[in-house]
Amino acid sequence: MKYVDEFRDGALAQNLTESIALEAKSSRTYRLMEFCGGHTHALSRYGLLGMLPANVQMIHGPGCPVCVLPIGRIDLAIRLALEHDVILCSYGDCLRVPASNQMSLLKAKARGGDVRMVYSALDALKIATNNPTRQVVFFAIGFETTTPPTASIIRQARVARLTNFSVLCNHVLTLPAMEAILTQPGEVPLQGLVGPAHVSTVIGSQSYQSITNRFNKPIVISGFEPLDLLQGILMLLRQVNEGRAEVENEFTRAVTLAGNRKAQALVHEVFEVRDSFEWRGLGSLPFSGLKIRVAFAEFDAELRYPDLIYTNVPDHKACECGAILRGEKRPQDCKIFGTVCTPDNPIGSCMVSSEGACAAHYTYGRFSEVKWAS
Amino acid sequence: MSKGQSVYVRPLDLKHGRVDMSHGSGGRASAQLIETVFAALLDNEYLRQGNDGAVLPLPPANSRLVMSTDAHVVSPLFFPGGDIGSLSVHGTVNDLAMMGAHPLWLSASFILEEGFALCDLQRIVSSMAQAAKAAGVAIVTGDTKVVERGKGDGVYISTTGVGYVQGVTSPSGDRARAGDAILLSGTIGDHGMAIMSQREGLQFESDIESDSAALHELVAVMLATGADIHVLRDPTRGGLATTLNEIARQSGVGMVLDEGSIPVHRQVVAACEFLGLDPLYIANEGKLIAVCAEADAEQLINAMHAHPLAPLAAVIGTVIADDACFVQMKTKLGGKRMVDWLNGDQLPRIC
Ligand code: SF4
Repeated sequence: MKYVDEFRDGALAQNLTESIALEAKSSRTYRLMEFCGGHTHALSRYGLLGMLPANVQMIHGPGCPVCVLPIGRIDLAIRLALEHDVILCSYGDCLRVPASNQMSLLKAKARGGDVRMVYSALDALKIATNNPTRQVVFFAIGFETTTPPTASIIRQARVARLTNFSVLCNHVLTLPAMEAILTQPGEVPLQGLVGPAHVSTVIGSQSYQSITNRFNKPIVISGFEPLDLLQGILMLLRQVNEGRAEVENEFTRAVTLAGNRKAQALVHEVFEVRDSFEWRGLGSLPFSGLKIRVAFAEFDAELRYPDLIYTNVPDHKACECGAILRGEKRPQDCKIFGTVCTPDNPIGSCMVSSEGACAAHYTYGRFSEVKWAS
Repeated sequence: MSKGQSVYVRPLDLKHGRVDMSHGSGGRASAQLIETVFAALLDNEYLRQGNDGAVLPLPPANSRLVMSTDAHVVSPLFFPGGDIGSLSVHGTVNDLAMMGAHPLWLSASFILEEGFALCDLQRIVSSMAQAAKAAGVAIVTGDTKVVERGKGDGVYISTTGVGYVQGVTSPSGDRARAGDAILLSGTIGDHGMAIMSQREGLQFESDIESDSAALHELVAVMLATGADIHVLRDPTRGGLATTLNEIARQSGVGMVLDEGSIPVHRQVVAACEFLGLDPLYIANEGKLIAVCAEADAEQLINAMHAHPLAPLAAVIGTVIADDACFVQMKTKLGGKRMVDWLNGDQLPRIC
């Protein structure tokens, strides 16, 4: 696997961290947000946080699809599985997210709900094809990366005239979340953003232009490989030092200016923007989520099961996921981090997904808080 | 059953036949299955006696008995590099070997699912026979039960092993000390990824083979160096990461690993990358971890390199004093991170 190794070269990393140290002026503090959970995970997994100078702080952003899903949406999926007797298909990460009444999809499964973990949207469609006498619902989540596959199966379901398949759509959009982060009142400002890798391959680097224009903050789109990230951070520091606020693309081997137009067209054909969508941590954001177009209404689980009405459910009292997703707090600031809340017994969603800030810090980073005996 | 009777018995159709409930009833059909499949393939002097148990000789004087048991459920039953039969022998032999023991005998019980193809059963039992023969152990007693269709995954095999150790000290999970070296016998993740490459919904092209193998001869070679091996473990379920955390906790120590020295096949890295998994958490069935005094590491590694199962053996880290029992790792990039216990099940990522 030459390809992967190339981007994990220790000597190159050393050079990059030296350049970062040179670029970071000791007189100032740099607060940079990695928007995407994939980056949060990579920063911890490759031990990059410890390689950055102390005055370059990485703030974890809300770009983790499982983390931003509010409890009320999971409740809907659980109700489908338990009250409507459907086969509920979900990506594995969602199964353990705590919902109301100490439930989760996994616990719903233990109570007899037919909940199945799928690896791809297509798997859900296959399950529907193979179980013609059962209603099958795909619990669709994610940013722009997972939206095209969902659009594609809805179109295929139409072609195959499936009458037993629908989608509970929770797809969300990157740009409104970025805007929400940058317009938050009364919080220490960010100097720049590391832009998402996979999302940007779909939406294209030009999409971020509106953000840099409006907020005058630099964005550097960066790949998920550790060297990509270090390079992206270096490029951000340079922009900050030079007073620039541009969209730069470190991940040119995959991200183009316009993005993947075919995928965009597919998504546009099947989905339209909702007036508003509730995010964990960010609250209700206007025009931030997608719903299935009327033309495909028969595949919309929210229409097929009209009693499924979303209700807002507050997070666990002690859980700081909201503040963490807004970049205001760190996992270790949560009083129950690592004691009551662990990956084996998650209280909030940020401890569930491997891309969640709490899970990443618990799994890879928490040793750094302990003083060593030797 | 004597030869005289069998002329009147319709022979078992090993080509097209299937297991049915009568094969577990204890009646004639059970006896026939045992005779034509199990006894025939696993044949040895103890099994031949056809009794409910095996009467076995005592191990050498001044030795101590070691016993271990392992249940095997695996899907798919046949995978590149092995099958549930060979796995059920290697698993228990290795459990004994990790105690520093010389394995002698195994017992085996089979839970068969109604409808299971007899030809597959035959294939599995002959693979067990082969694995046992190669490992120099005998399967001396066994049992078979049949469960209704839908209540099992084809076949479950549970094996128990008995062996012996000589000498007073034997390796144990609580003997790792600060300053010790951590040795690994070869590449990680091969077994788990070989299985995963065959799973429904995940099938991907690869020629990754399971590393399923009996490790007791490698262990014997290592013990013969005279080195005091503090800990021996095979990193099976939960992978290298989980096993090292178990040792750290049992011994009350920390560890620092060097990522660059941990051998992994490129294909395993690539497949893990693709599925969003970490090879450190993927199961192995033919690898061992040894912890020994730093001074003994070199001769142990040399001895391991000379054995066909461990040409890539390497020192992968050191034991440190740490009350929190953290396993840390210097990444190839030069950073540092923790290597935690496996959290729940490793799930392929979605983004
Ligand atoms: S540690 Fe748990 S409870 Fe605290 S913020 Fe993180 S997920 Fe929420």
